[in-house]
Amino acid sequence: MITTNKKAPSKDTQRVKPLDDCPDWTFELLEQYQTEIARVAEHYRLDTYTNQIEVITAEQMMDAYAGVGMPIGYNHWTYGKKFIQTEQTYKRGQMGLAYEIVINSSPCISYLMEENTMPMQALVMAHACYGHNSFFKGNYLFKSWTDASSIIDYLLFAKSYIAECENKYGIDDVEATLDACHALMSHGVDRYKRPQKISLDEELKRQKEREEYLQSQVNMLWRTIPSANKNKEKSEDKYKLPSEPQENILYFIEKNAPLLKPWQREIVRIVRKISQYFYPQKQTQVMNEGWACFWHYTILNHLYDEGLVTDKFMLEFLHSHTNVVAQLEYNSKYYSGINPYALGFNMFIDIRRICEHPTEEDKEFFPEIAGSNWLDTLHFAMENFKDESFISQYLSPKLIRDFKLFHINDDEKNNYVEISAIHNEQGYKKIRHKLADQYNLSNLEVNIQIVDANIDGDRSLTLRYIPHKGIKLGDSKDEVLKHLHYLWQFDVKIVQENKEGEDDIIAQCPDKI
Amino acid sequence: MANFIDRRLNSKNKSTVNRQRFLRRYKNQIKKSVSDAINQRGVTDIDSGENIVIPKKDLSEPVFHQGSGGIRDKVHPGNDQFITGDRIPKPPNQQGQGGGQGDASNSGEGDDDFTFSISKEEYLNLLFEDLELPNLEKNQLDKLIEYKTVRAGFCAEGVPSNIDIVKSLQGSIARRIAMTATKRKKLKKYHQALSDLKQDKHDHISEERELKKSIQILESKIAKVPFIDTFDLRFRNFAKQAVPTSKAVMFCLMDVSGSMDQATKEMAKRFYILLYLFLSRTYKNIDVIYIRHHTQAKEVDEHEFFYSQETGGTIASSALELMNDIITERYNDNQWNIYGAQASDGDNWADDSPLCKSLLIDKLLPKIRYFSYIEITQRAHQTLWQQYQQVMETHPNFAIQHIKDVEDIYPVFRKLFKKNTKNAA
Repeated sequence: MITTNKKAPSKDTQRVKPLDDCPDWTFELLEQYQTEIARVAEHYRLDTYTNQIEVITAEQMMDAYAGVGMPIGYNHWTYGKKFIQTEQTYKRGQMGLAYEIVINSSPCISYLMEENTMPMQALVMAHACYGHNSFFKGNYLFKSWTDASSIIDYLLFAKSYIAECENKYGIDDVEATLDACHALMSHGVDRYKRPQKISLDEELKRQKEREEYLQSQVNMLWRTIPSANKNKEKSEDKYKLPSEPQENILYFIEKNAPLLKPWQREIVRIVRKISQYFYPQKQTQVMNEGWACFWHYTILNHLYDEGLVTDKFMLEFLHSHTNVVAQLEYNSKYYSGINPYALGFNMFIDIRRICEHPTEEDKEFFPEIAGSNWLDTLHFAMENFKDESFISQYLSPKLIRDFKLFHINDDEKNNYVEISAIHNEQGYKKIRHKLADQYNLSNLEVNIQIVDANIDGDRSLTLRYIPHKGIKLGDSKDEVLKHLHYLWQFDVKIVQENKEGEDDIIAQCPDKI
Repeated sequence: MANFIDRRLNSKNKSTVNRQRFLRRYKNQIKKSVSDAINQRGVTDIDSGENIVIPKKDLSEPVFHQGSGGIRDKVHPGNDQFITGDRIPKPPNQQGQGGGQGDASNSGEGDDDFTFSISKEEYLNLLFEDLELPNLEKNQLDKLIEYKTVRAGFCAEGVPSNIDIVKSLQGSIARRIAMTATKRKKLKKYHQALSDLKQDKHDHISEERELKKSIQILESKIAKVPFIDTFDLRFRNFAKQAVPTSKAVMFCLMDVSGSMDQATKEMAKRFYILLYLFLSRTYKNIDVIYIRHHTQAKEVDEHEFFYSQETGGTIASSALELMNDIITERYNDNQWNIYGAQASDGDNWADDSPLCKSLLIDKLLPKIRYFSYIEITQRAHQTLWQQYQQVMETHPNFAIQHIKDVEDIYPVFRKLFKKNTKNAA
């Protein structure tokens, strides 16, 4: 017979009437599930923004897709392209739509798809409305870089401002400006300096002032008439622009481009702000998804233990859950890298295991968390890390073994690739280190900075590319440079230091041959 | 803690504007794709949209990204065979890109084409952008054309079958109310007085009798107001409205003599397709009449028109004559918008060409909206072309164009129907 401790809770639960598990959802049923999920979430101290749960159709989901996570987007052809692509692949059945989309805003907006069954809706609510939502509210990156309460207002401002510009200055000019900004979007982020909080009121108030002020500043800067007998030594102790290399290219353009019109500066600023808003999401994909998966799994299992959901419900839930957190192996036909859902989910589960049932190995690797309160530890991990640091802090040897991770080193100079670490005693630390590096944005994104704007001379702009591990700058550089040239309107070039320590020009616009 | 909002009834086409922006931006590529696709359609196949193919590289949005070379480190899951220090040779032709482990293409610059569908509407708009039917505005209202009976309110006179019962009874009620209002008021007053008297403890026999008598008189007066009167009757009114006809007939005339080979016919066919599509934007119903001719003209169906081979000489006037006969017989030019399109390789019996000219000028051109002649040949023009040139100078609704190759068809078509502000005025 079954052991007694299994029987005991079932006696308790006999008093609890399970929630209806029919596949069709209704608003009343959603409400009931939501209430139960919220109760359990509170039990686990998940602190969230107020939820705004919107039920939408598949077509509307495709609209939401096209908006790349912005509930209110300005009009631009690139979103049209994304929409057409989504529509095509969806209609041909090459792609399913996501079950949900969640937006980092306050109140936190989540979209549920009409087609989902009731167990799916419950999964999605636990995942998005309590998992992602609490991550948005608790993680240090989101806390310091984004302001959830003002983003909707700001997007609304951006949309209407750009629409107004289109009316005043024509769609073509606005589109060209946006194209140029989009090309440099990932270089419109302050990586180290915290941004000011954006709020609609201030934004509107200051926008006009700023327009005038900026223009006057720029004109002052460029009014410097080059002195007739200037030589190189002299120009060096003059005001150098920028005083230090500037990695936020869009910021530099907004403040210093000589011929930009005020409304173009504002558009550069809008794109920059939106890029900044998404920056934390890029850095916390594994953690964010892992956290959300961990909580939908934990919350729904908790409800099951209480007898609130039925076996039928759990079977469907587990089926979807398992699909989401599956990790394919490297030699699978469908392998496309490490699945962030799988890695994140298993890491959080593993942290809980280390806290509750530490082995000798865990005690050696994680002396400070082995045997501690798992909920405290989990919250601490969620709040204070990003993907890179999270992995290098918490990836355990057990998980490396479970995933059978191995590391490949590929050096251009060799005609072979080398397996430099596998899941064994000698390899654990190296694999953890290399995997963490794989999520380090500064290794993934191109390191390119503005080093000089020749304000005394031909006003040419110089950027420097600093290669990471000898990787060349991609072929699209010439195209991107055209966009930069559109904004700067004088010569632009990219230099790279060669082996002799001299600067080679690797791209320039206009092309001088 | 949570608010549910049902957004399913909100508009679902949030992306329409962006989609239009996309079409606008890639108009040139899309137009090219559209004009390529026109060569693959049947004449009356217009009920579908079109698949548009754009090379993916034209669509890419460039960003700085890492290129090739250098040292790459990558962690993969699922080790089933490797131990530390294993070396795997790179495939010989690969230039240092990745380890062949599926991380080769994060730059996303594949050469696949980007294919998507546009609707029929969008397709036709693009195909015939900036084109217009010549002489249309001028003629549309003076050659009018068809009458439509429409409801035009109600009137007091008409035939019994048109009586509108509801309106008539409404009138009847109104009239009865109006004619009895004062009497009813009085009647009410009398009834009140009567009941007052009855309540009274004392007897008022004579007064009661007096009142009852007046009440009776009033009631009979009210009853005499007729239930329905000719005055009440309302008839549904109909009016005839002139509507521009939406019927058009398109005559396809083609030379099928021995000198016309299948390739030439194919070109002619494409021209007819374009014309048909173009007309279908203005007219709801289009009849297509196929007339082929060598020395004799004959009305045939589409398949025979394009695919059967005949030999013999060429007398183009026979086709024009047949066209004129068919118009007189079946297509009254007051009711039909008539368009003609003639295709030929230019061969014609020399003596026949002046006859063609006079047939056109005297009989056909006054009746029809537009007649276009295309000559598909690599050789020099002959008599027919020269005669037709003279016609073109004097008649604005006649045009000739010369086609050498398949590529010329669409441009020539555009030339024929180019928006002309002078004409439109």
